[in-house]
Amino acid sequence: MEITFQQLIFYGFAMLLLSSALMVILVKNSVKAVLFLILCFVATSGLWLMLQAEFLAIALVLVYVGAVMVLFLFVVMMLDINFSAARSGFTRVLPLALVVAVGFVIILSQISQHPSFALEAAAASESESVSNVRQLGRLLYTDYFYPFEIAAVILLVAMVAAISLTFRGKRNRKSQNIDKQVRVTKSERLKIIKIDKSKSQQVEES
Amino acid sequence: MPEWLSNVLWIALKIGFILLPLILAVAYTTYAERKIIGYMQLRVGPNRVGPKGWLQPIADVIKLMMKEIVLPRGASKTLFILGPILFMGPSFAAWAVIPFDAGLVLADINAGLIFLLAMTSIGVYGIIIAGWASNSKYAFLGAMRSASQVISYEIAMGFALVGVLMCANSMNLGDIVLKQSGSMLSWFFIPLFPLLVIFWISGVAETNRAPFDLPEGESEIVAGFHVEYAGMGFALFFLAEYANMILISVLTALMFLGGWLSPFQGIPYLEAGTQWIPGTFWLLLKASLSLFGLLWLRATFPRFRYDQIMRLGWKVFIPVTIVWIVLLTFWIKLQWWPFN
Amino acid sequence: MGQRLKQFFDTFMLTELIQGLRVTGRHLWKKKITVFYPEEKTPQSPRFRGLHALRRYPNGEERCIGCKLCEAVCPALAITIEAGPREDDGTRRTTRYEIDLFKCIYCGFCEESCPVDSIVETRVFDYHFEKRGDQIMTKAKLLAIGDKLEDEIAADRATDAKYR
Repeated sequence: MEITFQQLIFYGFAMLLLSSALMVILVKNSVKAVLFLILCFVATSGLWLMLQAEFLAIALVLVYVGAVMVLFLFVVMMLDINFSAARSGFTRVLPLALVVAVGFVIILSQISQHPSFALEAAAASESESVSNVRQLGRLLYTDYFYPFEIAAVILLVAMVAAISLTFRGKRNRKSQNIDKQVRVTKSERLKIIKIDKSKSQQVEES
Repeated sequence: MPEWLSNVLWIALKIGFILLPLILAVAYTTYAERKIIGYMQLRVGPNRVGPKGWLQPIADVIKLMMKEIVLPRGASKTLFILGPILFMGPSFAAWAVIPFDAGLVLADINAGLIFLLAMTSIGVYGIIIAGWASNSKYAFLGAMRSASQVISYEIAMGFALVGVLMCANSMNLGDIVLKQSGSMLSWFFIPLFPLLVIFWISGVAETNRAPFDLPEGESEIVAGFHVEYAGMGFALFFLAEYANMILISVLTALMFLGGWLSPFQGIPYLEAGTQWIPGTFWLLLKASLSLFGLLWLRATFPRFRYDQIMRLGWKVFIPVTIVWIVLLTFWIKLQWWPFN
Repeated sequence: MGQRLKQFFDTFMLTELIQGLRVTGRHLWKKKITVFYPEEKTPQSPRFRGLHALRRYPNGEERCIGCKLCEAVCPALAITIEAGPREDDGTRRTTRYEIDLFKCIYCGFCEESCPVDSIVETRVFDYHFEKRGDQIMTKAKLLAIGDKLEDEIAADRATDAKYR
């Protein structure tokens, strides 16, 4: 069987994706796990690029790799995780984990049968000359307008909820008021005193 | 030779044609920086190596290459080496979508603007990984500062680019420049002036340059995330930082100052008289102006305090950009000058 | 209100930042004041405190009598002295006189405290060491410097004598 260059790249990215996904759960250090997850995203975006979904691929890198995972990494680096304690319940939760895993595989295999995931649909959209950024935008703002906006509102609600959960009432401590600091003028802080040189010994402190 | 191989070789050649001048430009940006800041401080800057110090960058490169690479005890070896590479990679990759003249671009992709944003945002991983892998408190603090700073200013930067998108109706950088053709008055810096200022200042913050160089902050955290690096590791950080600076300058020129378009466009005799000057020259001229501004800024302002940086990003830049985008919407929809 | 409005516009027009940029912009064109060091040198005072030296009397006898006043006054504890009678004539001399130049802060107290003007600080300020241990100035080295620079040292002391 002849392997084309494109297939070579595809299998490269696919292998990278699978192995890094595996490493996410196998590696002991949580920071390294996050880094492997990032590698996972990058490999995925490579695969999407091969499907000529350049906007989606780059948006994945921008949003997940560039912003979400940075915050994730940020938090994980600050944590001091006890690894042995985290691993102690492994045999106890194993049956449940297996059930979840098998269920997930079944659902995935069912979903991928759906016609909208079929290769023919992808081929059809590919033939159009309009760039897929434009196509995606048109779909999002016409056919899928409500789901799109509702998703946005849900995210906003989640954000407000998170803020209100961590809000501990009015701050009752001393803090700097930067606006006030910035607004300070020379006349408020600086006083130029004329010193009489002949009586410079008795300058009053004023 | 199979077709794909010749394709790959051809692309590699083109990459070389972009990167080699870029690296040279980086070397001489360091020279320009030292000279300009020196002159602003009534000094003369480097003047010993070669005539007027012209060979100073070469001497620096040789010195850095000869130096030993020190691996700190307790450092994570792979990540420690990976850090500078990950910092440099995106800052070079971003150049793939930069058009140097009409049609003179390595990858003419439609999502060019998003690609640029993605590349500038994943550059921060190099810093975080380097800071974490160094196993040093100073490096770690620098990495943390850098991460939060880059994320904050990326939002303002993204919003500023939304304004450009609205004016140009395209995310392809070549199209954005072509949309500005006509005369100097149709460049985007007129309707988007506040966004230009915000984009540029956010660019300074993104590249961790003074006065936003908190991640380095040599007076508090020694040298921040690259405190443990010596020799080539340090050189890579330097290379990437200056490549990013040049990138920000070129982007400012492309998106707000008409890119490769001649400033004499639309002026009767001057346009014909300067027709022979290639567009790349105008692009580089505009970019160097912006680059000079970056150096000027560094020579002038003291470093921000950390809370002031966050305040400026979140409480000033983001609201201002949002307000301007809303105004711009009405401006475009009402079809006033220059959108008629 | 008017004040607030002015501040608002000043903030958004970046007035103060532009003022700052103008200052540095002006300096870009000003005359540079750099001294090109090895070719040009700034003037030195006769009181300049640089590298140390031990002096001799005109007849060749070393001045130092091993009183250890300089060792006692040295704030950085840079001076180490051992003293005893000299073999041939039994006069009290130092057997060891060492200054650790890494510790020395060049305050000049040793010179001030010396009753016989033996330890002095010369005008030499550009010197280097090539290996560890070289920064310890032994008696022999200090005397050699003194012999070499005696003319300059004597002239400087003479110039400064009337202010003491």
